Amino acid sequence: MLKIKDLISGYPGSFMLDRINVAISKGAFAGIIGPNGSGKTTLFKTITGDLKLKSGKILLDEKDTSLMSSRERAKKMAIVTQTIDAADVPVDDYVLMGRLPYKKPFQLLDKKEDIEIAKKYMQLTGVDKYKHKLMNRLSGGEQQMAAIARALAQEPELLLLDEPTSHLDISHQVQILNLLQQLNEELGLTILMIIHDLNLAGEYCNNLVMLNKGRVHISGSPDEVLNYKDIEEVYKTVVITQKNPLSGKPAIFLVSGKTLGNV
Amino acid sequence: MQNKQLKWTFYVVVLLLLLAGSILFALTVGEIRFSLNELVDIFSRKEGIEYTILSRIRLPRIMLGVAVGGALSLAGVLLQGIYRNPLVEPYTLGISGGASLMVAISIVFGVNMSLGGYVLPAAGFLGSVITIFIVYFLSMGRYSININKMLLIGVMVSFVASSAMMFLMSTTTNENLQSIVFWVMGSLAETDVVLINTVFYVAMAGLTVSYLFANSLNAMRLGVSGAGHLGINTGLTIRILFIVASLMTGVSVAVAGVIGFVGLVIPHLTRMVVGSDFRILLITSFLGGGIFVVLCDVLARLIIAPNELPIGVITGMIGGLVFIGVLARK
Repeated sequence: MLKIKDLISGYPGSFMLDRINVAISKGAFAGIIGPNGSGKTTLFKTITGDLKLKSGKILLDEKDTSLMSSRERAKKMAIVTQTIDAADVPVDDYVLMGRLPYKKPFQLLDKKEDIEIAKKYMQLTGVDKYKHKLMNRLSGGEQQMAAIARALAQEPELLLLDEPTSHLDISHQVQILNLLQQLNEELGLTILMIIHDLNLAGEYCNNLVMLNKGRVHISGSPDEVLNYKDIEEVYKTVVITQKNPLSGKPAIFLVSGKTLGNV
Repeated sequence: MQNKQLKWTFYVVVLLLLLAGSILFALTVGEIRFSLNELVDIFSRKEGIEYTILSRIRLPRIMLGVAVGGALSLAGVLLQGIYRNPLVEPYTLGISGGASLMVAISIVFGVNMSLGGYVLPAAGFLGSVITIFIVYFLSMGRYSININKMLLIGVMVSFVASSAMMFLMSTTTNENLQSIVFWVMGSLAETDVVLINTVFYVAMAGLTVSYLFANSLNAMRLGVSGAGHLGINTGLTIRILFIVASLMTGVSVAVAGVIGFVGLVIPHLTRMVVGSDFRILLITSFLGGGIFVVLCDVLARLIIAPNELPIGVITGMIGGLVFIGVLARK
């Protein structure tokens, strides 16, 4: 679905991604993890096209994204950024904007089928409850949901999210990730997200890429990636890894300095 | 959604009626007052001194008011849209400053006297075009546009132009000074059909081109990168609309002088009523601007009749006060 080959990009003189290779297969629920400054956001921005790549290739369905028009790309790949910048737009209009890539360039009126598609995803995400509210009057969690509904209205094959759960409490975190999991399993949507929280990454993703200092440190299944050796090496933090008793997925515990001193 | 189209049609119909009403009202008042019946009578006879007054003086003036008001207000909406900054207005970018400076130069150096009535408008237009070029080329990179930089450069060009103009004003004769001040304050007392038609056609063309970018403007409410993620060519949108807004402003300023506040206040008031969707905002701001300027011009003609106030004074005061009132009530 998404292949990144020998990618070099970033900000010359300050930060560069160094020969990144990542392959995300169709139907994957993949996560990019890594400490602050490891290049997660730079990688995200390069994939979305906000940052020009210096060398290497990004292939979407075997097609080079640099040769695709932004319109064509917007039909295949939908993007949910970390902060949603949406001003005074009503939620239903905002979600309907997900249909823009499908509009003819000078088509002013909305088609019935586009309105139906927007409605469907508003119901699926539950944002139809506040569809007449303005985006800038919503809480962070509601904005995030509306942004996901808008992204789904693009009917993409790949959904990219930049830390969809940051700034949210645990109930909203789980609500959003459960929705993503449902979309991944029921609609076969391929998902790639940046995520800070290692426990959530382990619980939900089936494929993880751990970045460190602009390089891929390790990638694979959560069981392979989330081991204490690699985490301690990359994060410079002592952790205990165990299994979540219910899901059997890797779980990470932090330990305070005082406790460590007593060991 | 049916609902929305109904609402939009309603807004446009109401504004068209208000515009027609304002035009009729503006035709009836002045040094000689006419009743509506008299108007119908005069326009069907098509002769006599009254017909000349109405068709050669009042009507051109009103049409110029509609075109200038519409153009400035639309330019304001476009610039606020592409800069995503509610405080930007057509004059922020230095276009009026550039135009005023060129006009001041041609008055001071007396280019004016020898060439007739097109000199000042031509100088004004030249001044705006030069400003547009300066702002455009200093802020457009080869691959990207830095919007904030563009805004800052516009503001700086505006400051430089107005300082240069003050220099000219402080060193020139009283007579020239008066001409400059009079021009800067703006007036719709232009009777030349060619000039008026030019403003009108430029405004209409501007409105048409803006509508071609209505979807892009709507997407740009999500920010430049947000719009880009939806497949919008934001660079193209910003470039074209910047030029469209600038040309509309330049032509308006060249013919009618600096009529302030229309491009700031009308877009805001319109947005409060119709919402932020550019598909309805463009046309309603255009019509609203036309109505506002025509009515302000009526006041400018009436308050100290038989003399006239500069229309810029009226638009500034009324626009500002109404705006403060509306904001305070919110």
